[in-house]
Amino acid sequence: MALFLVQALNGLQLGLLLFLIAAGLTLIFGVMDFINLAHGVQYMIGAYFGVMFAGLTGNFWAGLVLACLAAGALGLGLERLLFRHLYRRSHLEQVLATFGVILTLTEAARTIWGPAPLQLKMPEILDGSFQLMDGLRYPVYRLFLIVASLAVAGLLAWAVNRTRAGMLIRAGASNAAMVEALGVDIGRLFALVFGIGAMLAGFAGVLAAPLVAVEPSMGDNLLILAFVVIVVGGIGSIRGAFVAALLIGLVDTLGRLLVSDLARAALGASGAARLGPAVASMLIYLLMALVLAIRPAGLFPSPGART
Amino acid sequence: MRRIAAPALIFAAIALVPLLPLGGERGLVLLLIARAMVFGLAALSLDVLLGLGGMVSFGHAAYLAIGAYAVAILDANNISEALIVVPIAMLASAAFATATGAVALRTRGVNFIMITLAFAQMLFFALGSLSSYGGDDGYTLYDRTELLGRPVLKGLGHYYVCLGFLVLAYVFCRVLAASRFGRVLRAARQNEERVESLGYRVLAYRLAAMAIGAALCGLAGVLLVNGAEFASPSYGTWQRSGELLVMVILGGAGSLHGALLGAGAVVLLEEGLGRLTEHWRLIFGPLLVLSVLYFRGGLAGICPTWIKRVRK
Repeated sequence: MALFLVQALNGLQLGLLLFLIAAGLTLIFGVMDFINLAHGVQYMIGAYFGVMFAGLTGNFWAGLVLACLAAGALGLGLERLLFRHLYRRSHLEQVLATFGVILTLTEAARTIWGPAPLQLKMPEILDGSFQLMDGLRYPVYRLFLIVASLAVAGLLAWAVNRTRAGMLIRAGASNAAMVEALGVDIGRLFALVFGIGAMLAGFAGVLAAPLVAVEPSMGDNLLILAFVVIVVGGIGSIRGAFVAALLIGLVDTLGRLLVSDLARAALGASGAARLGPAVASMLIYLLMALVLAIRPAGLFPSPGART
Repeated sequence: MRRIAAPALIFAAIALVPLLPLGGERGLVLLLIARAMVFGLAALSLDVLLGLGGMVSFGHAAYLAIGAYAVAILDANNISEALIVVPIAMLASAAFATATGAVALRTRGVNFIMITLAFAQMLFFALGSLSSYGGDDGYTLYDRTELLGRPVLKGLGHYYVCLGFLVLAYVFCRVLAASRFGRVLRAARQNEERVESLGYRVLAYRLAAMAIGAALCGLAGVLLVNGAEFASPSYGTWQRSGELLVMVILGGAGSLHGALLGAGAVVLLEEGLGRLTEHWRLIFGPLLVLSVLYFRGGLAGICPTWIKRVRK
């Protein structure tokens, strides 16, 4: 039971982290019809920025703020220099170009910061654990991560649903051409969406940095998970991304627990050690195939979305 | 006539390379060209899905892995006869494509991209759990595949077998593209509803195209594992699938010989730039981006433009 609770919290935390990355991805895809494979790299760069700025200022919080700003600036720069010229191209060309950006930025990170993993020290106030229940302690930092991600998710939901810019973003996600025809500067709207997406990915990178090894390839697998999230949730839908991210996070962590228990019961210890991890890693992809087989447009397809 | 001349020239040039006085680099050059041919075959098979059928499969490396593991698993059971291994590898790939394609083809656009990726990822993790065949660490072959007991895949044999299969596959794909089957696929890519209303079952055609592409890629997997004498789940990573997509798009999707040019360019650039600097991706990445921005239609698209310019 205690293990279950810890894993549920870990799943929640993974899901929220995924949401921060997937939210930008789904907005960029929904509004600009643009497949940005480089989104995972922006998460990785965010983590490196966090390490760098925290090292320069000697303060985690200053590092966090500066890294988010820098990640947003990098996203805006990429958008202006390159991505803007790709919006009207085919998805295939977008995949090729952003794959090129992945190679370039990953190698740039390896060249600048070296191939060895770096570590970001968490702030002292969050370093430690607290009593969750009898005989069960949980790290404070992970709880902070959950709270901070939830706060940002709430802020995003408020911005998208209650502000004028958010209204335009939602309108853009269902019909960008119509929004432009109504006199909205679509170029600025696109840049805004991109900047927000890049900042969220960078923020997720810094938050994750104290828990994982900061290395050039850290964004690769998260990118794939984020794509799974937005496809399961329905492309262009923030709500779908949120539900799907939590679902994927929980299925991945709790699934590992459950599968290894089930496998041990069915196959004995040696069989479980062999099959358990493979089946557990497959679970989220099974979930995705199942969702798409039943609802080809995802759980919450946004109206008028071009899939 | 011209449309046959260019590929024929390329194949003839590849056939003649081993006769050149290459000196000490000979072994390396031949290995590199063989690698380019194997990936050329894989990229060609992806172009059947992507160029002809308009299906962007992000899980094509799965078939490379299936082909490779068919060889490995049969090898572990003391079977290395090509007449058994090759059909099984191709059929296994086609079967996987048919089963997953039946589900994947229910979706469109980016969802199709992601669901093919999902199936490839499942296979990747499944292969990693095959502990009797090395699990994540992979499996080293006892012996290369043989034909009627003769070691035809050793040394230069591997090179020419790769070339032979590549030429066969290329001719097959050209015939396929020109056939009624290929025309239905291309028409469905442009307007699915219209082709449906003409009475064709588009889904069946697409599924068949996926199976054919998968079988050819399984064959590439057989050749790949025979070159390396080693099979590992890493043949089926999503990065590898991405690399195959890059080859096809860089070469120019839908032209078939573009896929070969793209595979050759990627393999040779990787090696060439890799010798120049350890940070070769800092050059290769921007090259990819620039090729999208300025060379629309890929490598296969540039060559005719140059020819036209020279003629003027």
